[in-house]
Amino acid sequence: MPETLQEVDPKKNIIVSRRSFFGTLLCVGSAGMGAILAVPVLRYVLYPLYSKASGTEWSDVGEISEFVAGTQPTLKTITFKQRDGWREVLSTQSVYVSHAAGELIVLSAICPHLGCSVGWHAKQDKFICPCHGGEFKPDGLHILGPPPRAMDRLPTQIKNGKLQVHFEYFRSNVPNQEKIS
Amino acid sequence: MTPPEGETVDQSKEPVVPVTKKMNAPERLFRWLDKRTGVHDIMHESLDEPIPGGARLAYVFGSGLLYIFISQIITGICLALYYVPSAETAHTSVAYITKQVAAGAFLRSLHYYGSSAMIIVLALHFLQTFLYGSFKGRRELLWISGAVLSLLVLGMGFTGYLLPWDQKAYFATAVGTNIVGQIPLVGNWLTRLLRGGDTIGTLTLSRFYVAHVFLIPAMIFGFIAAHILLFRKAGPAGPIEEDPITPKLPPEGFYPRQVLMDMTFALLIMVGLGFLAYFHPVGLGPIANPANTQFLPRPDWYYLPFFEWLKFFEGPTVVLAVVVVPGILAMLFFLLPFLDRSLERRPWRRPIPVLAVAIVIAGIVFLGVRSKLDDQRDPSVRSQLAVQEQQEKAYSDAPFKPYQESPGGSSLASTSDVPANPLIAQGRSIFAAHGCAGCHGAAGIGGIAPTLVGITTKYPGDQLDNLLQHPDAAMNAGHMPPVDVSAAELKALTAYIGALGTPTAEAPAGAPAESSPTRESAPGTVAKNVAGNSATGATAAGQQLFDQRGCAACHGVGGAGGRAPAMATLLAGQSQAHVLGLIQAPNAKMKAGGMQPVTGSPAELTSLVAYLKTLGAGSRTNPPTASGDGTTASSAAQDATPQVPATTEASLSTAPAAVQTVAAIPNPGHAVFISQGCAACHGPNAGGTHFAPALIRASAKYPGAALPNLLHHPNSKMKAGGMPPVTANPAELAQLVSYITSLPLTPAPAAASAAAVSQPTHGNTSAQNNTNSANSAQVQIPLSPLAIHGGQVFQRYSCETCHGVGGLHGTSAAPGLAGTASMLPAATLNNLLRHHSTQMVNGNMPTTNMNAQDMKAVIAYIRAMPSTQDTP
Repeated sequence: MPETLQEVDPKKNIIVSRRSFFGTLLCVGSAGMGAILAVPVLRYVLYPLYSKASGTEWSDVGEISEFVAGTQPTLKTITFKQRDGWREVLSTQSVYVSHAAGELIVLSAICPHLGCSVGWHAKQDKFICPCHGGEFKPDGLHILGPPPRAMDRLPTQIKNGKLQVHFEYFRSNVPNQEKIS
Repeated sequence: MTPPEGETVDQSKEPVVPVTKKMNAPERLFRWLDKRTGVHDIMHESLDEPIPGGARLAYVFGSGLLYIFISQIITGICLALYYVPSAETAHTSVAYITKQVAAGAFLRSLHYYGSSAMIIVLALHFLQTFLYGSFKGRRELLWISGAVLSLLVLGMGFTGYLLPWDQKAYFATAVGTNIVGQIPLVGNWLTRLLRGGDTIGTLTLSRFYVAHVFLIPAMIFGFIAAHILLFRKAGPAGPIEEDPITPKLPPEGFYPRQVLMDMTFALLIMVGLGFLAYFHPVGLGPIANPANTQFLPRPDWYYLPFFEWLKFFEGPTVVLAVVVVPGILAMLFFLLPFLDRSLERRPWRRPIPVLAVAIVIAGIVFLGVRSKLDDQRDPSVRSQLAVQEQQEKAYSDAPFKPYQESPGGSSLASTSDVPANPLIAQGRSIFAAHGCAGCHGAAGIGGIAPTLVGITTKYPGDQLDNLLQHPDAAMNAGHMPPVDVSAAELKALTAYIGALGTPTAEAPAGAPAESSPTRESAPGTVAKNVAGNSATGATAAGQQLFDQRGCAACHGVGGAGGRAPAMATLLAGQSQAHVLGLIQAPNAKMKAGGMQPVTGSPAELTSLVAYLKTLGAGSRTNPPTASGDGTTASSAAQDATPQVPATTEASLSTAPAAVQTVAAIPNPGHAVFISQGCAACHGPNAGGTHFAPALIRASAKYPGAALPNLLHHPNSKMKAGGMPPVTANPAELAQLVSYITSLPLTPAPAAASAAAVSQPTHGNTSAQNNTNSANSAQVQIPLSPLAIHGGQVFQRYSCETCHGVGGLHGTSAAPGLAGTASMLPAATLNNLLRHHSTQMVNGNMPTTNMNAQDMKAVIAYIRAMPSTQDTP
């Protein structure tokens, strides 16, 4: 087949239009076939983004009596069952038990800035994040540094004289607490 | 519609827009791209391929295959997104895909059905190319690359089948890799290479995964490229009247009509697969459990003909089936263009190749259909396959259970140790105390009654609780009694049952801590236990038997009564001999209540009766509270054992010898009877067993030639019972018939019953003297080290589940091996274990897939058993 440029002539225009008709037909066909796969594939790939975590489990933190006397925040390690895809794992996380306005509160040790673990510095009587120097009061309120909000309080309950906490994760570096799981 | 000749020339011009014309944005973009990539030439090259004789529907299969393959790639990548290839996680991750992930079941089904579609379209592509003679005329390499692709596609099917790691995947691969092992010289090595070791495990899974996901697809890509390249080089062959080398018919471009046809075909396939996947998603069976002895593996449908083909071959001829014939066929397949070389393309002018292919295809279809029919015809196979289908459906329907793992903890700890969950531990004690293992096997792996592994997926939530308390019709028919426990205990029991066979539960039959106290009386367990109980050795052994045989299931824990009456009321004032007779040959009332004849060595039975008598006397030795009874009781028995060294079997055997004078008369027919294995079902003295009736009246019922005739050609009733045709030579047959005729026509009533003959009645006194060493009967045989090892292998392969403790006396599921199998020469045994007889197959004897050393040891063990009950 020779490759020469030709002038546009009426006969060719007709052929071109028939060819483009077929082209359109093919495009529609391919799109249909693609859709058969694309829709489920997208739903499948994006599934973990939209699946709801089943987190209604409470973890024991300790006996109430442990915390009443202390004024300093206490570091506690809690374990809770967590769904990790197709597995169920026992996760461990650190929380601080502290007091705010005479009430027992539990703070997540995850810094609301970018997720480092916040440490309690008893001598300075404040929480200091080792990564970017965010500082918080014993009740978790933000003092200075980059963190946009206070340390995250976790839902608590008291059952049979035991303090229980429901561990949650929050979006980092936003001014308001946004639960992510 | 057929465009005029020369149109193809014009077609190529379309995208190149004259410079003079004012261009719109897409045209400018296209031009920009074309200048840099030459995309116009590429499209021209790929779309304007001239087809001599024009586009045809017959040519759609090749590109159809390509489209399905692309779909397989896309769905395959999706599956790999969540799938984790290891023995521990594969099944759970597939279950997650199927049950949890959005559209997961759909995509997995699409992938699954896509593989079948691939095979079907491949076959059509082959047929079209073959019938049109399109492989002729310098297209040998094109054909061979296609042949390689066919094999690669079959390889994808084989390797993909294992990946879900469910029952059928596991067992089909076990069979598949064993078939490879039949290849002479390298077979064994190849099997090990495929499996990554001797057995199928996590390494096998990794290998199959790598082959399925990396190696074979890479090769397919390569060969598809070669196939297309060679196709474009040779050009389309056109219709059958066309000259394959220098085409003469007017050509038509590939685009648009052929492209359209190809796309339509592909779209139809995809829509069809989509419908199938959406409305009939594929299931997932319970997780692979190598301990399941019932499972009947079946390959995917396209391997069924080969599966059936192998049934015709045994022993050395297997080489013919596995290597020679497939090798010749593959050779013919690959070399077809060199064999069918004339340029003649019309099928009717080349009858030999066409006929040959027709015969092969007819054979394949015949084998496939026959395989299906075989499965339909055999009621036991049919019902087992139906059960498997049901199990698969039940598992598929059950909600997803996540894989449980503790942080940093290895799951090995949880499989070998006592389960950490106290509820499960409690459930296990209840399982043991109520004699569930008597029917459902140790750790619920199945015995006379079905396996309980995975049953909670079939009956989730409260359904199982309900069933346990109110058995359904099928359970009633199998004599399953209602479980009478408190609500809390029931909860523990179902928790234990739910944990059976899961990665977190204890390994079934593998955990020594669990199974030894009740199931074995190996000397090793003796020393550990301390006898702290007032029970005598005999009654303790009897109690152990009571628990082991599941008597408690009906008569209640400690014989306190349940579905069946309490022992105390039953046995009041009965003599020991009478009870002994009754338990071996239940009377009509007992049978009506579902009481099974009790089998066992005389010593065992006597100890059982001794134990029952203690119940009758109202002096129950152990409070029926926990499973501890069994353990302490057995320890008492074991303590007693050493005091009566190695006498039982010998002294016991002398007693029956006196009774069985009939059988003791040397009779050549009896030898035939034994050597033909008749005794296995009809009992050592033709007195009948659970499996087959007594033959004592056979000669009266079938006089003259009728009896030999029946032996040669069993009637339907006999066949249904698993009776094979007798293959003895005429002289032997005559002896056999004379032996059967010589059997006394009026036997003692006790001898007529099944159990009584296999365990002949004996003097009470001699039996009682030996009760102390009751349950040590099987330890008494002096064994060589090899045989001792064989005994362990015997246990490891769960042979005891059916053949009874030690394999000596059998259960209602399979005959005892003492006196039957033990008399066979080693070579015969070896052959039987490798290639099961019809009886063994009908009895659901699973394939004995053990290595040569284990096999040798087991044979030594079996041959070390007493030759019969009456000749020590």
